[in-house]
Amino acid sequence: MEELKFAIDTMWVLIAAALVFFMQAGFAMVETGFTRSKNAGNIIMKNLMDFSVGSIIFWTVGYSLMYGESVSGIFGKPDFFFNGDYTALIFQTVFAATAATIVSGAMAERTKFISYLVYSFFISLIIYPVSGHWIWGGGWLSEIGFHDFAGSTAVHSVGGWAALVGASILGPRLGKYSQDGKSHAIPGHSITLGALGVFILWFGWFGFNPGSQLAAGSEADALAISRIFVTTNLSAAAAAIVAMIITWLRYKKPDVSMTLNGALAGLVAITAGCDVVTPGAAALIGMIAGVVIVFGIEFVDKVLKVDDPVGAVGVHGISGAVGTILVGVFSVDNGLLTTGSFSALGIQLVGVAAVAAWVLTTSFILFKAVDLIIGLRVSSQEEHIGLDIEEHGVESYADFEIKGVHVR
Amino acid sequence: MDKITKVDIITRPDKAEVLKEALNEIGITGMTFSHVLGCGLQKGKTEYYRGNPYSIDLLPKIRVETVVCEVPVEKVVEVAKKVLRTGEIGDGKIFIYPVENVIKVRTGEEGVKAL
Repeated sequence: MEELKFAIDTMWVLIAAALVFFMQAGFAMVETGFTRSKNAGNIIMKNLMDFSVGSIIFWTVGYSLMYGESVSGIFGKPDFFFNGDYTALIFQTVFAATAATIVSGAMAERTKFISYLVYSFFISLIIYPVSGHWIWGGGWLSEIGFHDFAGSTAVHSVGGWAALVGASILGPRLGKYSQDGKSHAIPGHSITLGALGVFILWFGWFGFNPGSQLAAGSEADALAISRIFVTTNLSAAAAAIVAMIITWLRYKKPDVSMTLNGALAGLVAITAGCDVVTPGAAALIGMIAGVVIVFGIEFVDKVLKVDDPVGAVGVHGISGAVGTILVGVFSVDNGLLTTGSFSALGIQLVGVAAVAAWVLTTSFILFKAVDLIIGLRVSSQEEHIGLDIEEHGVESYADFEIKGVHVR
Repeated sequence: MDKITKVDIITRPDKAEVLKEALNEIGITGMTFSHVLGCGLQKGKTEYYRGNPYSIDLLPKIRVETVVCEVPVEKVVEVAKKVLRTGEIGDGKIFIYPVENVIKVRTGEEGVKAL
């Protein structure tokens, strides 16, 4: 019986890991769909490398930095070339890679490829594992009772805050803001690819959240997993609907790309508490995320004046933080609405703030250093021509037009 | 009959917005933009696809066509030259043609009234 339970647990986690891996395709499609075709190949390369570099780094040392024996609750004792529980390694690798790939969307269309590789290397090496250790590796946040079941903070906010810093230091795309500060639209080249990406992400999330149960071979686990499927789905659906309604009212017509972002915001928000909230609460969390995402994206674009082509900061950073905090309200174990006590809410706030501080600081140092040493941004000429040709020497859509490439 | 002239401007794609605004400022609102490919003094380059070289020598440009009567042609040319010139090869060319007539489809007006 023991062996059977072990086998079922392992099978479920591995299947979930494969589903989460497939989210890489989701990210790639969202990012390329929401940006211009002249940069499509570059987006693909960044996403491909986020996963490839992340896989190697996480196996080499990242995993142990996150899950090793805790050193004062801050990080795990590093151990090179991991050779232990492979199920855990692969499952955690795909999660780490998710955090890393969030940033490529916000920094799209104007980041030097080599500089992006350097950033990607370091987020998987240090930034993600350390905060991950605090939350899941036995570190200080888990000790005080911080609850982030599948990673609204550990994965999504980490990516979201790094995206904010990167996009901010990078500066906006040429033509995005006029002299008087007005924001211009730079439409993506394929809403359909973007939608495909969102559906793939939603699909993969059925591995991301229920997989974090890390077990399936008992009645309790099976029931937990099935409930997590439902809370996850309801949050996404509610968020999509609310985002659509808000854009319908605010922009006079239901906006396709913002509604797509809405679904993702719902998924990100429920990730922290999908195991401890009721389906009804999940739908509420989704609705809140739907509101937050529309205003969050506008805030980043028009108030902070940070050019984020895909809304990564809003979807992952802001919704991740909000979703994590809401666990303190809606958790059936110790949430405000259940117990009347604010302590869970307070702990959630501490965790969100601590991780934000860690990521904002370290990514600032990282991006600033890269910018000073090798330069973060491409030249304006390269940006006009397109990164596919300038960085990679290819045309992603060579057959769609009479062949020709812009050369100065 | 009023003298009607067509001005054909071939230039870099990223100049589209500034050109449009500059022409708007001197009183021209009707223009036609098309994406074109062309070759000239500007040479192409060689890139590689999966190990094989391929040369790129047709370059993307935009062609802006506008027909003027009241606005002097010299003014159009002067404004275009000012906003388009970068000093590097590839700035483009301006062609000037006489036009026999212009007809507005909706009202049937002809000549300068159609512009």
